[in-house]
Amino acid sequence: MTPISLLLILLCIDSRHISPDLRVKDVQSISVECGRPRMTGPLEPSLLQKKSSCSLSDFCTENNVQECVSHINQEVSSLGLPPVWATSGQDSDMNVVSVLNCMYELVQLHRRGLQTLENMEVEQLKSSNNVDSLQLTCTRLKEQLEVSKRENIGLHERERQLQLKMKSLQNCLKNEKEEIHKLQNMVSSRASQYNHEMKRKEREFNKLKERLNQLLADKKEKKIAIDVSNKLGRVDGKRSLWKTEKTEAKHEGDMYKTLLGDYESRQRDLLLENAELRKVLKHMKKDMALILASRKSSAKGDRHDDGAIEVDSEEEESFESSKDTVELFSGHTREKLTSSVRRQWRRLKSHVDRLDSRGSWASSTGENENSAAISRDSSKEMDKLKQEVQQCKDYIQTQQHLLQQQLSSQCDEETSVMLGDCYMSQGKDRLREEWKRLQEERKIFERERRNFTEAAIRLSQERKTFEEDRAVWLKHQFLNFNPFGHSKKATRSKSQCSFQISETSPVESATSSPSAGRAASLSSSTCDLLHTLSRFCDNSSTKPKRRTEDAGDASSSSAEPKRWISSDDLMFPQEESGSL
Amino acid sequence: MNFSEVFKQSNQLCKVSPDGKYLATCVQYRLVVRDVSTLQILQLYTCLDQITHMEWSSDSQFIMCAMYKRGLVQVWSLEQPDWHCKIDEGSIGLLASRWSPDGRHILNTTEFHLRITVWSLCTKAVSYIKYPKACYKGIDFSRDGCYMALAERRDCKDYICVFVCDDWHLLRHFETETQDLAGLEWSPNGCILAVWDSCLEYKVLLYSLDGRLLSTFSAYEWSLGVKAVAWSPSSQFLAIGSYDEKVRILNHITWKKIAMFEHPATINNNKVVVYKEVEKRVPAVGHEDLSLHNITMGSSLLSTQSKYEIHPPPVQMPVVRPDPDRANPKIGVSTLAFSSDSRYLATKNDNMSSAVWVWDMQKMSLVAVLEQMSAVRCFQWDPRRSRLALCTGNAKVYLWTPAGCVSVQVPDEAGGFQVQSLTWHCDGDFLILLGKDQLRLCYMDTGPEEK
Repeated sequence: MTPISLLLILLCIDSRHISPDLRVKDVQSISVECGRPRMTGPLEPSLLQKKSSCSLSDFCTENNVQECVSHINQEVSSLGLPPVWATSGQDSDMNVVSVLNCMYELVQLHRRGLQTLENMEVEQLKSSNNVDSLQLTCTRLKEQLEVSKRENIGLHERERQLQLKMKSLQNCLKNEKEEIHKLQNMVSSRASQYNHEMKRKEREFNKLKERLNQLLADKKEKKIAIDVSNKLGRVDGKRSLWKTEKTEAKHEGDMYKTLLGDYESRQRDLLLENAELRKVLKHMKKDMALILASRKSSAKGDRHDDGAIEVDSEEEESFESSKDTVELFSGHTREKLTSSVRRQWRRLKSHVDRLDSRGSWASSTGENENSAAISRDSSKEMDKLKQEVQQCKDYIQTQQHLLQQQLSSQCDEETSVMLGDCYMSQGKDRLREEWKRLQEERKIFERERRNFTEAAIRLSQERKTFEEDRAVWLKHQFLNFNPFGHSKKATRSKSQCSFQISETSPVESATSSPSAGRAASLSSSTCDLLHTLSRFCDNSSTKPKRRTEDAGDASSSSAEPKRWISSDDLMFPQEESGSL
Repeated sequence: MNFSEVFKQSNQLCKVSPDGKYLATCVQYRLVVRDVSTLQILQLYTCLDQITHMEWSSDSQFIMCAMYKRGLVQVWSLEQPDWHCKIDEGSIGLLASRWSPDGRHILNTTEFHLRITVWSLCTKAVSYIKYPKACYKGIDFSRDGCYMALAERRDCKDYICVFVCDDWHLLRHFETETQDLAGLEWSPNGCILAVWDSCLEYKVLLYSLDGRLLSTFSAYEWSLGVKAVAWSPSSQFLAIGSYDEKVRILNHITWKKIAMFEHPATINNNKVVVYKEVEKRVPAVGHEDLSLHNITMGSSLLSTQSKYEIHPPPVQMPVVRPDPDRANPKIGVSTLAFSSDSRYLATKNDNMSSAVWVWDMQKMSLVAVLEQMSAVRCFQWDPRRSRLALCTGNAKVYLWTPAGCVSVQVPDEAGGFQVQSLTWHCDGDFLILLGKDQLRLCYMDTGPEEK
């Protein structure tokens, strides 16, 4: 290897290495001029000139080795490398080792330079890309800015227009309002005018009517007539009354009566409705109290306002006791009631709210864990609650039933009017029942009387036959026998006969009425019968009182049977029986 | 459902006696009285001219026939056919004629409302009531027949006279707070008199029998007001229909509004049953569709069958916008009717003339809407049951009950029988269907043996 070629290589490497900054500026120039070293220094023009024409020998020739060496040396030292050779020495003895070292160093340098160059290039590419994209976004943003600027202007314009429009509309509105006002005025003025005209017309019309009436009256038209074949009676069959003050008063009275009746019926309806509502209120109050009480007992240890509740409950209890006696009728108690109900209601509401919130909290927290257990619990609870509801329903029903019974039987305390009515109707019912019983008794008496009269008739018939028999017998005796011997016999037979009758009659007289008994007693032959009858009546002390009284009558009448017997009363029982 | 044969009538004059035993019809100048059960002619009377008005007396003994053009009234007796009575109003003219509740007096309103003449059939006496007001309903008798309220107009002010019908004694006379009284009506218990102003002003006044003003109700101002007023049979509610297409219900204790029934063009409520009549031409004969809600009966050749279909909400009702420039615009609730048990209220809104609305008075809500193919002419409640009958001027009768809706074809052999109006018999046994100049009875099913 000649020193010249070495020098040239060195130079090449060196020159390529020396000016990286210059070349970085233009990437393209680098790629283009890669193979062509750019020389700096005094040799450069000549070198460049020579380069195009021939090879490396141009830089270092036989002639200028020294210069080259010094140049290289200079260059190398400027690069901070040990000089290639000592300047003091001769050109021939070149230190190869140092040259090679130097070369190696240079190559290394060159490599590093290339590396960095590459890196730089990549970076440059990146940055140029960046720059491109940034430029793009920049333009885009600029466009956007433009657009929004334009839009802004447009909006401003529109706003202005709208404001203008609004102004015009407001004006319009104002105008319209004025118009409306004007029209209203016009309408009202027209209406008044119209009314006035109407009135005028109507007056005229009335005048005409009057005139017409007058004319008709003057004309005495014969045609107006009614032609009825015969007059009808009034519907109620009464004759029409003169109009007097009395009828007038009666009309007034009737009118007020109908009005009063209407108001009374209405009041009754209202009372009923009120009672119903009161009942509901009572129930509700009770329920509320119950619920609140349960809550209180459950939340005894709660941090809530225990004291207040205590006070309330005390008040309530005092009220509860007063309610029973006063029956919430006076204004004071009513006020109290409403306030207590309101208070209870408020508390119930808050309670329910709390329950709700607690429920939601519980559901939110305990959803994931033991949901099955909860559902089981809740179903059990539900069953229990359902049972309770059923019980409560039954209870309410029985209560309602009882209340209704109470209402129907003796009415509410507040409806004293209805109460009076009720009593009246009760009394009426009782009287009616008594009346029925009396009627039945009378019927029984009637039947007995009939039986007795029948018996009497039979008796009289028998007596008649007997009389006839006796007459025949007497006649017979009179005609044939001595009357003194047989008279005793006859009386005996008579008494026997009467006894027979008295034997048969008690069966009937046991049920017969005393009046019939009296009729029967009229017969002359029934003296004994009467005795037995009276005895029977006296004996029958178990019979009703009245009957015994009558029986007493009969017995008293029987006290003087002789007069009846002595008087000739043959016809009397017949008459009696006939009348009966 | 059975139908009687067709009878003739004129001027839609056909009335059942108040006791429900006789049926009186007018044919030109003849009055025919039939037995309701057999439809045999019992009596035939001949009047002097074509009858324009006919009315039974309250005891069903007499029939009054008025011939307004001639100014004549003739009265006939059912028991004594040869008894007669003729009242001649002469040249003063006759505008209206009616019985007094006792059936022994006739009240004639003369032309121009000059006066009301009270003719007594008992004494032949005449009395005059001057200054009767010419209005929609200026005279009303209380239901028990004791009192008569009469609207009066003198010195451009409205007055009300309350007469005792027994002897025409003037019980009360008081001025009302109305601009132009339009009508008055006694409550069914006869204790309250409802008075309303003309449509120019929404004003309803409630007077006690003794003339005290109990309450005044006004829902709004300026626009047209009251169109119709109806008492519930229990005297508990007063329903007021107005031009704003609403019905307001007043209660009998405070006389304040307790409910307002609107008639919207779109029905959104799910609880309302909307029955829509659907027509289809059926050339075939006789198949009867006996489902719960649509029963078409008596289908004959070439007849148009109609049935009801239930439409789920929302339902759009056909609405006709009235001309605002015309007087008496066809808008607002003009017809109101309570069922006999006061449970239901039926209404008709004039700008939805093909629909009948049924309201529940217990729930204070709409129950059903019946949308017909054509405009509803007339509807009436069964006097005994919750049953509504209506007609639309075709050969069908429609019945509504809480259980459902039925459309019944009236058998039409001769053709041309179109039901213009209908009235119930007082027992609810049959309906009288009035055509243009014919009538027909429609018997309801009374028992299962008929079906």
